[in-house]
Amino acid sequence: MAIEQAIDHFLSSTCEWLRGTGPESDIVMSSRTRLARNMTGYLFSGRMDVAAQQQMIEDVAKAVASVPFLKNAYFFNYKSLKDLDRQFLLERHLISREHATEKGEKALVVTQNEVVSIMVLEEDHLRIQVFQSGLNLVEAWRLIDKIDSALESKLLYAFDPSLGYLTACPTNLGTGFRSSCMLHLVGLMMTKQVDKVLQALSKLNFAARGFFGEGTQASGNFFQFSNQLTLGQSEVDIVDGLERVMKQIIEHEKEARNYLLEKRRAKLEDQIWRAVGTLKSARLMSSAEASGLLSLMRLGIDLGMIKNLSKTNLNALFLFTQPAHLQKLSASMLKAVERDQKRAELLRTRLKDVEVA
Amino acid sequence: MTCNACGQNEATIHLTEILNDQMIEVHLCEGCAEQKGSDFKTHFDFNKLLASLTDLGAEVTTEQTGKIVCPSCGMSYEDFARTGRLGCAVCYQSFEKVLIPLVKRLQREIRHTGKIPAQAPDEVKSREELRDLHERLQKCIGSESFEEAAKIRDQIRVLEEQEKKGKRKRKKT
Repeated sequence: MAIEQAIDHFLSSTCEWLRGTGPESDIVMSSRTRLARNMTGYLFSGRMDVAAQQQMIEDVAKAVASVPFLKNAYFFNYKSLKDLDRQFLLERHLISREHATEKGEKALVVTQNEVVSIMVLEEDHLRIQVFQSGLNLVEAWRLIDKIDSALESKLLYAFDPSLGYLTACPTNLGTGFRSSCMLHLVGLMMTKQVDKVLQALSKLNFAARGFFGEGTQASGNFFQFSNQLTLGQSEVDIVDGLERVMKQIIEHEKEARNYLLEKRRAKLEDQIWRAVGTLKSARLMSSAEASGLLSLMRLGIDLGMIKNLSKTNLNALFLFTQPAHLQKLSASMLKAVERDQKRAELLRTRLKDVEVA
Repeated sequence: MTCNACGQNEATIHLTEILNDQMIEVHLCEGCAEQKGSDFKTHFDFNKLLASLTDLGAEVTTEQTGKIVCPSCGMSYEDFARTGRLGCAVCYQSFEKVLIPLVKRLQREIRHTGKIPAQAPDEVKSREELRDLHERLQKCIGSESFEEAAKIRDQIRVLEEQEKKGKRKRKKT
């Protein structure tokens, strides 16, 4: 199917990781699992020639067509994608920055509900991802395991009995498995405790990063946490370990929010009211400012202070205010200043009925 | 703690960066930090860092090991040290001597546990199962559940017997 139709579909639907439902969804935006896989009979992605890359895309397309779960999935060959399309897919977390920007033949498989995405010819031949809303790592593992097994019956994976699944970078070796959760830690940020959490996590071999992955800032007070080690621990143990740690962070975040409500209520209310005021009236808005203010608004919803706005619609605004989404929504290429204007306009329109109680 | 770069001076600068899902700690002396300054301030490259990590074990990266070339893809260990990416699955064997210590440093483990492809040969699967059983056996003995331990011991015997037969068969063919 053409990318334009797919983008229209994506723009009119909510992607899985922004649905705002599932366990602990007040604090946990989404859970994600990822498997890195390479096939035997091919060099790793970085050393493949164009003919081999094209052959691999064909092999994967055939294998994907045979998996019932992926029957209605979109299959995009990157040759047909413009830079803006890739940026759009990147903003939706369906592809990585590397996959979006590096040259060479590439493809993407993505289910219509955006629960599953498979990057073909990323750093590894396949990067399979599964998203779930809320704290739902177990389900995200169950599903990715199923898809991986189905693909594996058609594609022969590079595997070594003692080193496990062989990957281009030794940091993914073994299970090739990375699980992660995205948490909204606005309370810990406001009480200036988030650094303590990050320090403790690094000691436990968990990594932290921002809203848009590696090298990005914690925009909108969102943090992604993931397992750092991939070898010597089973996938189930990795999921279990991350989930246990996430539950502890959730408790700390709840405590921080309670503290703010009980001891610093006036200040908290002031911040949320001001955020709503600015979002409803600003004429120019950068994406960084929007993320910060939307984060406060999200907290306002969690605390029952905001009326006439669902969390799903609020979550969608984090995405719609991103550069590529903004341009796709307005169906035109926009310069930075024009984007700031459009962003402010979009926010005013979408939030016009919102009230603070 | 000594400096990760020169390995001589005391490290006084401790950096933590998160890149490619990895939180990396780097400890540098003032001199080396200044030299590498531009990398860290703006955008420091995980591959370069991995490359510098591969240099850490001075005993493993010598001029000789740098020149080892993977016969399957033509990549040299030097290439890997520079890019942080291997060329093909065979590289793991070709660079085994230098790569396994690096894996151990990065992952703190060198034995895979977890999912195995269904298409993996039976012997791989039974080896994994055997390892699991041995672990369970040790646990049972530790907790003095001897009845359970005896059952597991019998399972191990059956599997080991099967493996021996399998090996003989393969030799004949």
